Amino acid sequence: MSVIFEKSVRGRRGVDLPKCDVPSKGHIDEAYRRGTSLDLCELSELDVVRHFTALSRKNFGVDNGFYPLGSCTMKYNPKALEAVARLEGFTDLHPFMPQLRHGGMLVQGALRVLYELERLLAEITGMDAVTLQPLAGAHGELTGMMLIAAYHRDKGNKKTEVLIPDEAHGTNPSSAAIGGYAVRAVPTDKKTGTLDLEALEQMVGEQTAAVMLTNPSTLGIFNSDIARIVEIAHEHDAQVYYDGANLNAILGRFRPGDAGFDVVHMNLHKTFATPHGGGGPGAGPVGVKKHLVDYMPISRVVKRDDNTYALDYDYPKSIGYIATFYGNFMVCLRAYAYILMLGASGLREASGHAVLNANYLMNRLKDKFKVAVPRTCMHEFVLSAEAEAEKGVHATDIAKALIDEGFHPPTIYFPLIVKEALMIEPTESESKETLDAFVDAMLKISAQVSACPEVLTSAPKSTPVNRPDEVKAARDMDVAWPRDNHEQ
Amino acid sequence: MSYIPHTDEQREEMLRTCGVESISELFHDIPAELAPESFNIPEGKSEIEVLSYFEMLAEQNYSHLTNFVGGGFYDHFIPSAVDALVGRSEFYTAYTPYQPEVSQGTLQAIYEYQTDICRLTDMDLANASLYDGGTALYEACQMALRATGRERVILDGGVNPVYRKILTSYTANLDIQFTISPVSHGHSDRDKIFDAIDTDTAAVILQNPSFFGIIEDHSDIVQHCHDNGVLVIQSVYPTAMAMLKTPGEIGVDIAVGEGQSLGIPLAFGGPYLGFMATTKKLARRMPGRVVGRTVDRDGREAFVLTLQAREQHIRREKATSNICTNQGLCALRAHIYLSLLGKQGLLDVAQLCIDKAAYARERLDMIPGVEVMKASPTFNEFTVSLPMDAGEVVGAMVEKGFAPGLPLGRFYPGMENFLLVAVTEKRTKHEIGMLAETLEAVLCQ
Repeated sequence: MSVIFEKSVRGRRGVDLPKCDVPSKGHIDEAYRRGTSLDLCELSELDVVRHFTALSRKNFGVDNGFYPLGSCTMKYNPKALEAVARLEGFTDLHPFMPQLRHGGMLVQGALRVLYELERLLAEITGMDAVTLQPLAGAHGELTGMMLIAAYHRDKGNKKTEVLIPDEAHGTNPSSAAIGGYAVRAVPTDKKTGTLDLEALEQMVGEQTAAVMLTNPSTLGIFNSDIARIVEIAHEHDAQVYYDGANLNAILGRFRPGDAGFDVVHMNLHKTFATPHGGGGPGAGPVGVKKHLVDYMPISRVVKRDDNTYALDYDYPKSIGYIATFYGNFMVCLRAYAYILMLGASGLREASGHAVLNANYLMNRLKDKFKVAVPRTCMHEFVLSAEAEAEKGVHATDIAKALIDEGFHPPTIYFPLIVKEALMIEPTESESKETLDAFVDAMLKISAQVSACPEVLTSAPKSTPVNRPDEVKAARDMDVAWPRDNHEQ
Repeated sequence: MSYIPHTDEQREEMLRTCGVESISELFHDIPAELAPESFNIPEGKSEIEVLSYFEMLAEQNYSHLTNFVGGGFYDHFIPSAVDALVGRSEFYTAYTPYQPEVSQGTLQAIYEYQTDICRLTDMDLANASLYDGGTALYEACQMALRATGRERVILDGGVNPVYRKILTSYTANLDIQFTISPVSHGHSDRDKIFDAIDTDTAAVILQNPSFFGIIEDHSDIVQHCHDNGVLVIQSVYPTAMAMLKTPGEIGVDIAVGEGQSLGIPLAFGGPYLGFMATTKKLARRMPGRVVGRTVDRDGREAFVLTLQAREQHIRREKATSNICTNQGLCALRAHIYLSLLGKQGLLDVAQLCIDKAAYARERLDMIPGVEVMKASPTFNEFTVSLPMDAGEVVGAMVEKGFAPGLPLGRFYPGMENFLLVAVTEKRTKHEIGMLAETLEAVLCQ
């Protein structure tokens, strides 16, 4: 399908703007003017509508079908959340409005959203306070590292490194490094699929600023030793960080705060059903315990005695601004609506059925595929296609074959510690019929591994393209359409 | 409503397959002593109840004021087709395009968006988006520090003061020194910047138009920086790029900016769009996702995520950035907006902004006691001094239905009487006239 710039026709217009109604003519001196041609495309509104409608048809979203992308929690995004996010009282609200005199009173509805959502998230995770400012999960991780660094600086602690399990998401070590720390990987006990406690005890010390954990882990296993791990870290005044990427498994069943975690981040676009947007925007609120509250980013939302809400900037120990305004507000708004609709029992049911769906799939697949850690899983589990790979069919081939069966593939080749990994997270939204159809497809693929592997290694056949050449892409670096190329 | 489709019968059957009797049994790994101490969340509500609650909250916001507040975030017109197309759930319910075969829509759109940003800025390549203009500036800063191996950054006083605060927050735990070079009569002070440059300076950060709305030609600063091995980062307002000298034209190394004005609602601060573009030379140091054009197995044109060797899922602690999820849907919005507006449309928006702002300048300048900061060209925003505290004036204007601008005292101590006024293509002659009349009346009280 042509790139939009190829469709451009000189002189064509897509939007019509009002005639200038003021007598003034603004002038910009030649010295400040652009000397190059702007070269944006020139199309009619219908041209643009057809182009993007055609592009949308080459995409697969949760609304198209089953999307068991492990670790990403591709649950259904209820349409009511979109209706809430279309209200003009929110969409048309300028973020500097609170900076006007008595400006807080001009945005009471918005501040209430922030305040109430912070309180709900604090209760869900068992933390003392929450900031909604981080704009994505990894941004939450970095904020958490900054909070921990501020805490240690304030206490005069000399801390240099962060311990992170080897199965962790890549963002964990990256966030810790950008936060100014050296990173050391703690091994996973291959049998239990959980952190190697002995190794941790040997590695932790006075230099340890923090231990970052994901629980359930990326293997989908809940670590029962969690309280002990927290204890070991705290003995050295290391802070314990909870990566909430997998929070969907434990809603109403476990709260990181109760287990002693000091910092938690949540991914609203995973657990709280806000759309993933083709790669964002998400939101990564961070919750902390009391001893870290003073360091939280500003502004903070407070409720005053007269039940009005205000933004407060007067926190001298704060790490300062981590985002320009108050977080990805419209994402927070949707998450708040979602929590209100589900309520306490709805959230518990969500985690319950997410875990039920994952265990059901795992049990139905375990005879034909190797399960990386064969024990009760939480919201996701990891298969290893090691045996299939020996027959020439790799995890990527299984993923591509699933596309031809009408499904979005699972996450593949992650976690890194499992060979030929296929990480499957069905979420609670999916029905038994959908899960059964996915099992049928997987069993069919399993049979094809021996019978007709070429069907798998040549898949997908049903898509507009088949296995784009990534090496060529990196080598050629064609990352913008050249000017004058095929343009009229 | 919990959006769970299971019937009781199905649940029973699934539990049997799992070899357990209840869902709770599946959670046996959670020790009993770690059961939640509380879970005080209100019981669920119906869609009707939730919608009416949010309608009530929305009404409590003064979004209807006639808006002259900018400060880098503007009340621009968004064509209806933008919402219609971004609202296609094939786009918004998908995630990061890890599987290119089922994501060609997202991938091609990002490739086209990258092209838009390159053409707006005249830079060689752009990434698929960063969180917002402020964090994009921080990422640019990190990029410059790594590229030069130096530890100092000079920040021009014309850069958005909130961005300045963001930069200092992020670097508190790192060995990075910031020097702020105050503006002189609203302009970047060449002498101060050049004096501040030393052999450990990695980059100079500039903004065009400046926070005060002033248009700059930074060519001379770029030249001087390059002579001293210093990189230049410029934060730009994309709408103004239709008309103003581009970062690429003057040799800027990293161009960043806030993309909100490209079809993204004000939405109380987010989600917005941080854009970043750079030169071929710095390509592999750029953070964030990048989409490239290639061919598939059968030789067909195809789009994929590329340059992933820089990214955190491969490089972990050695990655150029920790950014994973970005602002994909906002980038799509910006691309659809720019496709609809097109070359002439964006120029028209820019010209309307300039003309209307010029009219507002004239009208406000006629009010006794009000003085427009002159001697400097402006785009759609300008600074005025008032005969009294700007905050108080704004308070009185709000009661009359106007958000007349942003008082600067909060950001610049000593500038309590100054107001930053923004005018977009949405404001009419009548509204501008009423702004002037109301301001005059308020000042006479």
